[in-house]
Amino acid sequence: MLVKVSASPAPTSSAPPVSTTGRPHLVIQPRKGFLHIDFGALWQYRELLYFLVWREVKVRYKQTILGSAWAILQPLFTMVIFTAIFGNFARIPSDDLPYPLFAYTALLPWTYFSQAISRSGTSLVDNANMINKVYFPRLIIPLAAVVTPFVDFFLAFLVLLGMMIWFGIAPGWNALALPLFLLLACVTALATSLWLSTLNVKYRDVRHTIPFLMQLWMYASPIAYPVSLIPEKWRLLYSFNPMMGVIEGFRWALLGKQSPDFRVIAMSTAIILALLVGGLIYFKCTEQTFADVI
Amino acid sequence: MSNFAIRVENLSKQYRIGASQPHYNTLRDQLVSSLKSLVWRKDRSSAGPTTFWALSDLAFEVKQGEVLGIIGPNGAGKSTLLKVLSRITEPTAGVAEIYGRVGSLLEVGTGFHAELSGRENIYLNAAILGMRKAEIKRKFDAIVEFSGVEQFVDTPVKHYSSGMYVRLAFAVAAHLEPEILIVDEVLAVGDIAFQNKCLGKMEEIAHEGRTVLFVSHNMGAISNLCTSVMWLEQGKLVAHGEVQSTISAYLKSSSVTSDTDSKHWRRHGTGEAQITEVNLLDCDGNKCAIFRMGETIIIEFDVEFFQRMASVDFSVEFKRTDMGLHVLHLVNQDCGFYIGQSQKGKRRFRVEIPHCLLYPAQYQIILCIWAPGTAVDYVEDVLEFTMIQSDISRRTSPLSMHTQAIFYTPSQWQEIPMQD
Repeated sequence: MLVKVSASPAPTSSAPPVSTTGRPHLVIQPRKGFLHIDFGALWQYRELLYFLVWREVKVRYKQTILGSAWAILQPLFTMVIFTAIFGNFARIPSDDLPYPLFAYTALLPWTYFSQAISRSGTSLVDNANMINKVYFPRLIIPLAAVVTPFVDFFLAFLVLLGMMIWFGIAPGWNALALPLFLLLACVTALATSLWLSTLNVKYRDVRHTIPFLMQLWMYASPIAYPVSLIPEKWRLLYSFNPMMGVIEGFRWALLGKQSPDFRVIAMSTAIILALLVGGLIYFKCTEQTFADVI
Repeated sequence: MSNFAIRVENLSKQYRIGASQPHYNTLRDQLVSSLKSLVWRKDRSSAGPTTFWALSDLAFEVKQGEVLGIIGPNGAGKSTLLKVLSRITEPTAGVAEIYGRVGSLLEVGTGFHAELSGRENIYLNAAILGMRKAEIKRKFDAIVEFSGVEQFVDTPVKHYSSGMYVRLAFAVAAHLEPEILIVDEVLAVGDIAFQNKCLGKMEEIAHEGRTVLFVSHNMGAISNLCTSVMWLEQGKLVAHGEVQSTISAYLKSSSVTSDTDSKHWRRHGTGEAQITEVNLLDCDGNKCAIFRMGETIIIEFDVEFFQRMASVDFSVEFKRTDMGLHVLHLVNQDCGFYIGQSQKGKRRFRVEIPHCLLYPAQYQIILCIWAPGTAVDYVEDVLEFTMIQSDISRRTSPLSMHTQAIFYTPSQWQEIPMQD
């Protein structure tokens, strides 16, 4: 749908503008454009984004005994299990870093990412009643689902700080690059979930595919093992995974590991941007039928 | 040319229906059906994608400050029209131009979360409806007061009764202050007192000069609130104009009289005679189930006498459906009409109630044949009819707001000089 909002009436082909004084003017008609993202409307509805995130955060740990401690326990337990199995029994190398720290630094962005995907992938269908009854820029829904797990991320991040003090590792200036890698994780999550959530509106198979996908993706990312374990000839293919760049970036920024291959990061950024633009186009093209098929 | 709030031209909306597009698609279904269509090509062409036009070629204009009622049978496209105008779904063809901030209320309590408290849900729901945080803060107390759930505002809404839930949800919606308000049948929920409160609020909004689009099956509400009415049928505009005449035309066309099959009647009595057929007519002699206040109501009924009877009388009672209260009891002796002795056979009688001033509500008719001291045939709820407000009273507020009052009568008001 092409929606124009302007303070003064815009002339349309079919009828001369009616005299109005300062009232917003809106034209509703079948959408003709290819990709039309109304950033103005998104900005106008920024408070809704805030409230949706706030709702998810509030509701998330309602009626639990441990409450928001769950945000910390999930990556922490995974770290303990990884340390026991991969660090101690399998003796997987950890690039000369203490294995718990090595694993936890990777689990932080990964936990964020997997939560963002699993929430966002089904977000449109989960909010079907809103989509059916109220107008707002639909993009806000997957956006809110991608933003929400940041809260858990920051809580879990505090534990990492504690661990770094315990192991006596101080971050250098590299740490300033951390927000960039976090942003990359966020954009990756958004791009992926734009595809997944839109597909899920029409094909409910997606809901059941997401857990598999995330499991597969986790093993394809250097969380429990270092990249150096991957044979040289597979490296290129391996680095197509944008989460690899994110995880390596985290380790570099926080633990001072040798710098990641920035060519690889540039490539994964390019892949992500392509995925994002494609996802936006797909989302925008199907957006207007959401209310009809959901 | 005066200011328009909404102008719609050639607006159409097409939906696909039938087997070609099941509601829940899965990839497997899609694969199977595309394989099928490869193998059985003919099958596909015969089934074809069935489409239907939920709205076809609508064109109308709504002036600023107009309160437009949209009426029509189920499936007429009323809700689809509201959805298109609220930008929830896009039209297949045509243009709608809207001048002003739109607030649409297609459901109360959209986005409510059971785990959150009343207070939290007010903020959330208001934000979903398009209110700003500062605006919500400002109106918060008014919303809580309107809802009447002050005590429970910090309780999770999952512990609310359904009535409280709806009241809170409507309270939020009622404080939305758009220039154009689009309301679907939200008043169909809640008890009578609450519905009247909603109607009162709607009226207040209409009086503030806002433009309102209002879908309802409640003709009383429509005739009380609206300044014009649009009648849709099968996605097409049938009529758009003056309230009373459009409503009457619609009602006459769709007049569904009650179950006149005497086999389904609940009856008791000694049974020497039975009422076999009853009809409600308007003053032109047409069958009718809806009357405007001040109109004449005619009841015609046939009685079959199975044996000779010395003396019978008839009574007609009106019962208000919502309260179960008997509000009228008329007998043939009222006007000096006596039936006297009756032979075996059928006879037909007519009761005319001129200038009926019952309040807008639904009523049921109870008919009875009496022999001295006993009921010969007592038939309950034989017919149902609706009274709607007309211009007989010049007040603009709905009469149905007064739930204890049942009958209107003309009155003269004036100020008289005081004498010391």
